[in-house]
Amino acid sequence: MRIRIRLFARLREIADSGDLERELGEVATAEQAWQVLAADFPALAEYRTVVSCAVNEEYARFDTKLHDGDEVAFLPPVSGGRDPGPGIRRPGEFGMRDQ
Amino acid sequence: MDRSATCGVYTDRMAEAAGSTRSSRDERQARFVVTFDRLDATRTAAAVERPECGAVTTFVGLVRDHNLGRRVRYLDYECYEPLAVKAFERIAAEALAQWPGAHLAIAHRMGPLQIGEASVVISAGSAHRADAFAACRYAIERLKQIAPIWKREHFEGGESWIEGATADPDDAAARQVAVARATA
Repeated sequence: MRIRIRLFARLREIADSGDLERELGEVATAEQAWQVLAADFPALAEYRTVVSCAVNEEYARFDTKLHDGDEVAFLPPVSGGRDPGPGIRRPGEFGMRDQ
Repeated sequence: MDRSATCGVYTDRMAEAAGSTRSSRDERQARFVVTFDRLDATRTAAAVERPECGAVTTFVGLVRDHNLGRRVRYLDYECYEPLAVKAFERIAAEALAQWPGAHLAIAHRMGPLQIGEASVVISAGSAHRADAFAACRYAIERLKQIAPIWKREHFEGGESWIEGATADPDDAAARQVAVARATA
């Protein structure tokens, strides 16, 4: 299947594009789309634990099954305030580096 | 994102004045907006005014001149537009469930914003002020948790992405944090 991948902010900069297409197997999930992308752009790999994903413009889990023509978006941590509150994951906890 | 996208200013009163029957789609377009245009708090407030409202509160988020000890020059916002609008709608539905009768309008600006410019405007209308204040506070807390919006800070000496929470609308703990702050 062929899918469209959207990237934003820091992820877009790493891939030098916010709009890509990739060929996946007949059965694939959002996770596999990410892995294919991370293979092409190794600098993406470390963001896996803090990235959210959306399939066809709706938030989705990484185990969501994809279909031909789907649009998968990978979203870096959003621009929340400095204190998102207890229990909320922060990029710093996962070794993300500022530029 | 289409830079010609406009702030969907289409208030209840305008619809009534035009004698039109406003569809729910039109109403959403008026109340949940991302735009490259300058924000207008009075328009956002007007979008939630209803006859049963005794209170409308409006929060305006501004670009400030300092952050993390740095002198900020300007901010550049980007978003995943369709999902951002859906996130605003979701936040409004959550607020309505929490504070029955409280309606929200949310407008967020995109692109480069100078110091002092409004990046986000949120209005909440409700029968009584307590719910209007709470729903408005809830919306900005929740927006920062789950709206797919990113800002690049350009400061004196460099620039960097400002990143907060990993967006997960189903994270009940995060939602409770927003409720707690709204009702503190």
